[in-house]
Amino acid sequence: MSSDVILRVDELTKVFGDLVAVDRLSFSLSRGEIVGLLGANGAGKTTALHMILGVLRPTSGRIEIFGRDLHRHRIEVLSRMNFSSVDVNLPANLRVWQNLWIFAKLYGVQDTWSRMDRLLELLEIGHLRNAITGHLSSGEQTRLNLCKALLNDPELLLLDEPTSSLDPDIADKVRKLLRRIQRERGLSILYTSHNMRDIEEVCDRILFIHRGRLIAEGPPQRVIQQFRHRNLEELFIHIARHGEVVVRGDEV
Amino acid sequence: MSLHRVWILVLRYVFIYRRSWVRMLEILFWPTMELLVWGYVTRFIQRAGQGELPHLITFLIGAMIFWDILYRSQQGITLSFLEDVWTRNLLNIFCGPVRLAEYILGAFLFGLLRVSVTLVFLIVLAWVLYQFDLFALGFYLVPFVANLLVLGLALGMMTTAIIIRYGQGAEALAWGVPFLIQPFAAVFYPVSVLPKPMQVIAYAIPCTHVFEGMREVIRSGAMSWSHLGWAVGLNVIYLAVAMWLLVRMFNVALDHGLIAKLGTE
Repeated sequence: MSSDVILRVDELTKVFGDLVAVDRLSFSLSRGEIVGLLGANGAGKTTALHMILGVLRPTSGRIEIFGRDLHRHRIEVLSRMNFSSVDVNLPANLRVWQNLWIFAKLYGVQDTWSRMDRLLELLEIGHLRNAITGHLSSGEQTRLNLCKALLNDPELLLLDEPTSSLDPDIADKVRKLLRRIQRERGLSILYTSHNMRDIEEVCDRILFIHRGRLIAEGPPQRVIQQFRHRNLEELFIHIARHGEVVVRGDEV
Repeated sequence: MSLHRVWILVLRYVFIYRRSWVRMLEILFWPTMELLVWGYVTRFIQRAGQGELPHLITFLIGAMIFWDILYRSQQGITLSFLEDVWTRNLLNIFCGPVRLAEYILGAFLFGLLRVSVTLVFLIVLAWVLYQFDLFALGFYLVPFVANLLVLGLALGMMTTAIIIRYGQGAEALAWGVPFLIQPFAAVFYPVSVLPKPMQVIAYAIPCTHVFEGMREVIRSGAMSWSHLGWAVGLNVIYLAVAMWLLVRMFNVALDHGLIAKLGTE
């Protein structure tokens, strides 16, 4: 295995009763690469993400992160990665700094205070350091979640809809920030979003999932051209509605 | 006012209840437990001889304080877990480098802190208001309290395991589980008040031996060591079962995606 491969997913499958949520999904993510995981609601993105985060056990298949089997080296692997999701919050009754301090300590961050302050400033919420988390707007909470996700200087970051509740200005800043961190620190990101502009702007490569199966993979522009669509949004709608047509390659 | 809309709102509650067996059970659970506990307290008072009556108030205050130690110890774990569920923070924790055992131990130690504050406060209050001196139990106080804390830990793990498996619909158990054992554990009355079949169940619960031991010490100043031995032995079994159940349910949750579901619903 190449040392540049941060994440390797091999024949990953998850079955819930009669439903095959993820079907023999295989892909890899290299150091410093941002990969978008795309698919309609129920396509299997979140299921795949939860398996990579170690909170859902695969029916079969293998996940290797940093060259180590996730389930055998869970703590070691998880301490080097992080995640942020629009569906997950930090406790609303704590102050912003308290939430960040707790997670910094759980992840074993050394220079806790300076790291916290630097991230809060980077995400333009430094003035909210002492605010009660529950009093933040949804956009501010999303940025706070991103702060938490960057606390341990992760080598792999899993982001589930990171810009969904941000206004266009802040969303643009967050995209640029992620790109900057990726360039400067060689951060690898697995990114899910329903905002196709996000994906086109941020991702080096996309993985299209339909009914649990990987049906398209490559740089956004190449995939768009491959399937003869004008943009990613058109392609997304097409795959969501006629996924099987694309799978057969009738239009290619 | 539209009676039609009122009826629709009633139906909404019916639908919510039908989705949760714990909620359905709750309708009968609390009244039954209260009737059993206060029924047997009444029977105990009726049966108590003249010599027993002066001890009665002391028994009740001591039992109340001890019960609170058990209850708060169990709550320490269960409520800490539920707090993470309610704030949708559970996924943040379990997607981080945190082991299940570390999480439970952290919650237990916090519970211990809460119990300590409660205990000190109740001891002072009981002394000021009723001249009840818990330290009259002397050395026995330490093993009594330790056994209650360990049982609280075991019950807390069992409750958390059930909530992990059955989701937020089962969260009422966080408060219900300790009260499920209360009538059998002879908290406010001796085991001898209970009918024979219930006595068998009573002696299989570790805290029954603590409460029996406490009454014995208050009454005679000494205690048979067998009560303490039974409490410790049963606690070891309860703790082992609780650990097994929690790990088992956590694995079921990992297989079915329940951790992620609990953390985001």
